[in-house]
Amino acid sequence: MRLIVLMIVSMLYVMPKAWAEPDIARQRELIHWVRQDCGSCHGLRLTGGLGAPLTPEALRDKPMAGLVATILYGRPGTAMPAWQAFLSEGEAEWIVRQLQQGFPRESR
Amino acid sequence: MDRASVTARLSSRVAIRALVALCWCLLLAGCAATSAQRGTGDLGIVIERADGRVAIVETTARRILAKVEGLGDLSHASAVFSRDGRYAYVFGRDGGLTKVDLLGARIVKRVMQAGNSIGGAISQDGRLVVAQNYDPGGIKVFDAVTLELLAEVPTGSKVVGLVDLPGNRFAYSLFDKGEIWVTDLADPRRPHTRRFPAGMHPYDGLVTPDGRYYLAGLFGEDGVALLDTWQIDKGVRKILENYGRGEEKLPVFKMPHLRGWAIAGRHAYLPAIGRREVLVVDTERWQETRRIPVKGQPVFVMARPDGRQVWVNFAFPDNGWVQVIDTLTGQVVQTLQPGKAILHMEFTPRGEQVWLSARDDHAVVIYDTQTFARLDSLPLQSPSGIFFASRAARIGF
Repeated sequence: MRLIVLMIVSMLYVMPKAWAEPDIARQRELIHWVRQDCGSCHGLRLTGGLGAPLTPEALRDKPMAGLVATILYGRPGTAMPAWQAFLSEGEAEWIVRQLQQGFPRESR
Repeated sequence: MDRASVTARLSSRVAIRALVALCWCLLLAGCAATSAQRGTGDLGIVIERADGRVAIVETTARRILAKVEGLGDLSHASAVFSRDGRYAYVFGRDGGLTKVDLLGARIVKRVMQAGNSIGGAISQDGRLVVAQNYDPGGIKVFDAVTLELLAEVPTGSKVVGLVDLPGNRFAYSLFDKGEIWVTDLADPRRPHTRRFPAGMHPYDGLVTPDGRYYLAGLFGEDGVALLDTWQIDKGVRKILENYGRGEEKLPVFKMPHLRGWAIAGRHAYLPAIGRREVLVVDTERWQETRRIPVKGQPVFVMARPDGRQVWVNFAFPDNGWVQVIDTLTGQVVQTLQPGKAILHMEFTPRGEQVWLSARDDHAVVIYDTQTFARLDSLPLQSPSGIFFASRAARIGF
């Protein structure tokens, strides 16, 4: 029984999560926020600065879970803070997916 | 006198008159091209960070004079001025160094000098412009007239907090290596560098307005590294150690910035890292005298030129607020909401106005520093840094 629960839990963890995508208004907020506020360390073009580059090439081989955890909980010993007070796990995952595909530009 | 010689004399007179008239025309046209003869003492630039553009502004009539395009990635841009106040040297995130003519409203010269850059400084004699770079880490020295590369000093680390010191020397900090370096450019092609251990992760630096003390704020530990450049052999000493008293830091959503404007009278006003406080330091004994609670984590802590007020803006999510500290009482006397995402502030040369960039309102808002009345708002796209040409005459700017 325990084993089955563990299997289900671990499957849930590994399976792509069926998060509801952030709605369009929230997506626009997140795009603005990543470009402008993450951009103060990572650059508006996300090519890096005091923070690491966040381009698709730079993130290609990095696992999703680690990147989501970095956004939510920060990286101790570096300047990367925890952002969990401002966004959900689903939103962090959406951001990582966008970053990996080439982050959208802000619409004006 | 015969007829022929009279005619010749007359026609030469006509020719001279025509020549004089032509000279006047050329002179007037020349003036029109530089929009009438004028100085640059009340001019400056505002960075439109998302569009690779700068606006040339005038503080007397509070207006935008012109826009200059084509400066590349200005995510984190800063500028220094030629000693005649005519040219701005703009350092962009993409490593671009652009020399902008304020009077002609045009780019004079632009070079790509690094992969990722953070700012720069100009030498005491105005002949050298130095860029501080993240990638490849180090500084690069350029001829201020031609932007020809004269020398470079690789550091193997991101460079922050570059300032000019008297004697064509430059001080800067190494974020990754925790060191302060001082490079002597008396002979620009043969830099001579001294290195000092500073502390963990210096995030920015400043030199006091007299050019004597270099301070590097530390991100990786509570404290500030202090170097007396008049007695450089004494090395770096740590001040404000343990100002957090081991308490848990708040997450830092934006790095604070330091510059010589932090000094008001005999006190320095410094942002406390990871705390909603401004630290006040006596610059004679270099000891903390006070800490002032404020609305958020300070980013810029800037003294009005007369030192009577200190204006503070804050990191996300408190970046819609600005507070004013009265330096006589050490109290916050004003709390303002000038707009959305206040990124930067700049005082007019004698401090009667302050200009603030409200990034998400796409405006630069202008306040009277005496009455705190809002005087004006100028429409600008995602404005960030505001740099007035009066910086040309200040050490450390």
